[in-house]
Amino acid sequence: MFCQECHERPATLHFTKIVNGQKTEFHICEHCAKEKGEFLPGSNTFSIHQLLSGLLYGDPAISGTASPGLSQQSVLACPKCGMTYQQFAKIGRFGCRHCYEVFDSRLDPILKRVHGGNTKHEGKIPKRIGSGLQEKRELENLKKSMQQYILNEEFEKAAETRDKIRLLEKQKHQEKGE
Amino acid sequence: MSLEHFISEAISPWMKEEGPDSDIVLSSRIRLARNLENYNFPDFASKEESETVIRKVHEANGDQEYGNCGKFEILSLDQLKPLAKRVLVEKHLISPHLAEQSKYGAVMLNEDESVSIMINEEDHLRIQCLFAGFQLKEALKLAGELDDWLEEKVDYAFDEERGYLTSCPTNVGTGLRASVMMHLPALVITKQMSRIIPAINQLGLVVRGIYGEGTEAQGNVFQISNQITLGKSEEDIVEDLRGVVLQLIQQERAARNNLQQGLKIQLEDRIFRSYGVLANSRIIQSKEAAQCLSDVRLGIDLGVIQGISRSILNELMILTQPGFLQQYANEMLGPDERDILRATLIRERVELEEA
Ligand SMILES: [Zn+2]
Ligand SMILES: [Zn+2]
Repeated sequence: MFCQECHERPATLHFTKIVNGQKTEFHICEHCAKEKGEFLPGSNTFSIHQLLSGLLYGDPAISGTASPGLSQQSVLACPKCGMTYQQFAKIGRFGCRHCYEVFDSRLDPILKRVHGGNTKHEGKIPKRIGSGLQEKRELENLKKSMQQYILNEEFEKAAETRDKIRLLEKQKHQEKGE
Repeated sequence: MSLEHFISEAISPWMKEEGPDSDIVLSSRIRLARNLENYNFPDFASKEESETVIRKVHEANGDQEYGNCGKFEILSLDQLKPLAKRVLVEKHLISPHLAEQSKYGAVMLNEDESVSIMINEEDHLRIQCLFAGFQLKEALKLAGELDDWLEEKVDYAFDEERGYLTSCPTNVGTGLRASVMMHLPALVITKQMSRIIPAINQLGLVVRGIYGEGTEAQGNVFQISNQITLGKSEEDIVEDLRGVVLQLIQQERAARNNLQQGLKIQLEDRIFRSYGVLANSRIIQSKEAAQCLSDVRLGIDLGVIQGISRSILNELMILTQPGFLQQYANEMLGPDERDILRATLIRERVELEEA
């Protein structure tokens, strides 16, 4: 296939741009890609998604093309935005927050590769909508450290921590009771 | 338009400050990606949804003051001319994606342009804080506060397991991209960058030239940023990046020392030749201009050239890009005309210093 811009060199870059569900396919050579990218500095819209969709496609367990047992995935689609798993695998982008739940069972391997083996968020929790989560995390951390104190036979500290846990749990129940 | 006036329009006020370690770190940037709970991500949203997102953010926080940031102004991208958009991109206030691809994009900017909040970019919100010099922690703190301020009024798409949900899986979790722009001429001259870049990549960080294509960094300016956004806290991500930047600062300083000791006259020759080119040329391409600017800036940092402000590199790297040149000329220019205008503008800017 020849480059659709210069019609001279072979097209080496293939990508799909989706804006508001409208698909446009591009097949261009490296030279023309650079020229197109040159209009705006630092334009990296090709590279990262191309890289990522290559990543998703390259994995037979994810793209499914190699294993007929996974043919079910052709109907795996997000009820909110309509994104199918195949579309997601092709463009490497979620359509809405619900896509994360719908494709959840397939996400871990992808996230692991992109994020150095990680799959679970360890960072900030939004103040307002996440206030319950913050308490939950605090409780989990306290319980962990209590276990550690017990293991180390530091019973005084373990007892202190236990009291903190009880207090937090009591507060939680009272809030619920209101 | 006079050159002084043009520069004061073109250079964001925050850039005129000198931050810590600004002989090597030109600027620090924090970007947080956030989405609203009930709407499709921007590239998959309907016109109504996109307009609702802008309206919600505008109603909640647009045209308001926040702390030391001052008042925010909201700009709708469809009301800007292509050249004006390009100028915003060259100032790093909006992304190429927002300028070129988003149909219903908008941006909230504060007075000194140190904060830009892009709306309907790849994600509903991209909060960006820019600081002069090496101030990653300060930038993270401010971005976090702005994030809380926005979250008071709008519901974010957040998941306990996956964190802040983003359109691209590469941003999920913290949605945090921390980056610094570094001027590393001595490491380039001593040919150490080709060894350093793979080592940094192995630590999960990305190095790229901001100006120029591919691995080649015009003006010896490199951007270093985190790649991993999931499974680490914001503080840890910034700390890991800071550690690498500190090492790079040390190595660059050591390389500058070695050059000054071993190749003093050769180095001075190179610096003054570049100064001569900038002060005298009538036609100059962006690549040559960038290289000469880098040499002159190194000369200023080493005290070889005196009486010229350090900001000349940052300023002229931005001013001599095509969008700004055309805005200065007030017309569209072909590449040859741009090279002539670039030379003129640089000469005038250097004369301004000498006056
Ligand atoms: Zn071509
Ligand atoms: Zn969806």
